[in-house]
Amino acid sequence: MQQTRAVEIGTGLFVFLGIVALFFLTTRVTNFDSYEGDEGYTLTARFDNIGTLKLRSPVSMSGVKVGRVSSIVFDDEMLEAVVELRIDAHYSKIPNDSDASILTQGILGGQYIGLEAGGSEEFFVDQDEIQFTQSALVLEKLVSKYLFSRGDKEDK
Amino acid sequence: MKRIFQDIWYSVQDFLQTFGSSQLFLVRILAGVPAAFLRPGLIIKQIHGSGVLSLAIIGISGFFVGMVLSLQAYNSLARFGATESLGVLAALALTRELGPVVTALLFAGRAGTALASEIGLMRATDQLSGMEMMAVDPVRRVVVPRFIGGVIAMPLLAAIFSAMGLFGAWLEGVMLLGVDEGAFWQQMRSQVDVYDDVLAGILKSFVFGIAASLLAVFEGYNSIPTAEGVSRATTRTVVLTALAVLVLNFMLTAVLIGEV
Repeated sequence: MQQTRAVEIGTGLFVFLGIVALFFLTTRVTNFDSYEGDEGYTLTARFDNIGTLKLRSPVSMSGVKVGRVSSIVFDDEMLEAVVELRIDAHYSKIPNDSDASILTQGILGGQYIGLEAGGSEEFFVDQDEIQFTQSALVLEKLVSKYLFSRGDKEDK
Repeated sequence: MKRIFQDIWYSVQDFLQTFGSSQLFLVRILAGVPAAFLRPGLIIKQIHGSGVLSLAIIGISGFFVGMVLSLQAYNSLARFGATESLGVLAALALTRELGPVVTALLFAGRAGTALASEIGLMRATDQLSGMEMMAVDPVRRVVVPRFIGGVIAMPLLAAIFSAMGLFGAWLEGVMLLGVDEGAFWQQMRSQVDVYDDVLAGILKSFVFGIAASLLAVFEGYNSIPTAEGVSRATTRTVVLTALAVLVLNFMLTAVLIGEV
């Protein structure tokens, strides 16, 4: 009897440890909290080119994360990328003429959407569209623009 | 020449037979699973056998794997001045690959051999035949609880391995090599995904648990009832489990990455 008790206590401890480890892995190690707190509102923005923007990329304003990208689709009538941004509920006072641009974090970092505040007195509400957008910078285009502009100068 | 082809043909047949009969054995086990939960005492004893008793080797291995991962990655990352990414690297490597795979290999060595030799010895000493004489189905009484115990223990062991590995990586990276602690955890949290990384790893270890436990009980149950047969069964358990885990790992990873 004493032995089965020890076995059961040991097993209970083992399962408990396993669950603690799992809990640690999901909550402390991952971006689990970005899935929580889904309270918020959705904005849409249209871009000519989104570069390497991905789902769940951050949306930040003055460097502070205010939301994340919740969907990316290609509109085949307007021939543009349509990006939905999920903004946290407590950032409800973003002027509705703010502009969105796709920026890059660091040298190797992923891309994110930066919002730049406008001067309007009215604020964005759910399902609004951001009118002023700036596409991602594509390195190849930049290089070719530079090369062609040099070529033009030399012709003159 | 003809002999060689004949030998190859026989070994192909032998492989297919083993493969097929192990699948049929799995079906027999699965049929007995619901009834086994009516006697949880037996299962708890087996979780103790394959889980609790493997805890020390899993924990210590995980810890040192994490330490060496940190040390190796630090020296490579230092060339790019990206030592802050140490945490991300360690967490991704441990949760996605090392945790499930190394745990399964250690499990095969620690618990799989124990299961195979225990059942093999029961076979060799006619205990299984004795049960059949008493109209007790040895698959349900002996095999199924061991199988369930292994399947439950494996994901938990893999999670413990990863957590211990991260502790080792943290100790080596932050405490000894002086990586910034905030960057270590913060970058990890922003780059590691719950579903794509952690849960995918747990899913992998669950599949490995099924494969490792099945091969162990299968080899033990079908061992030749002699001393040599039992020793062959334990050897085959380790070899087959290692192969099965590594092959399954590639297939599962391909499927899981395709999904992302």
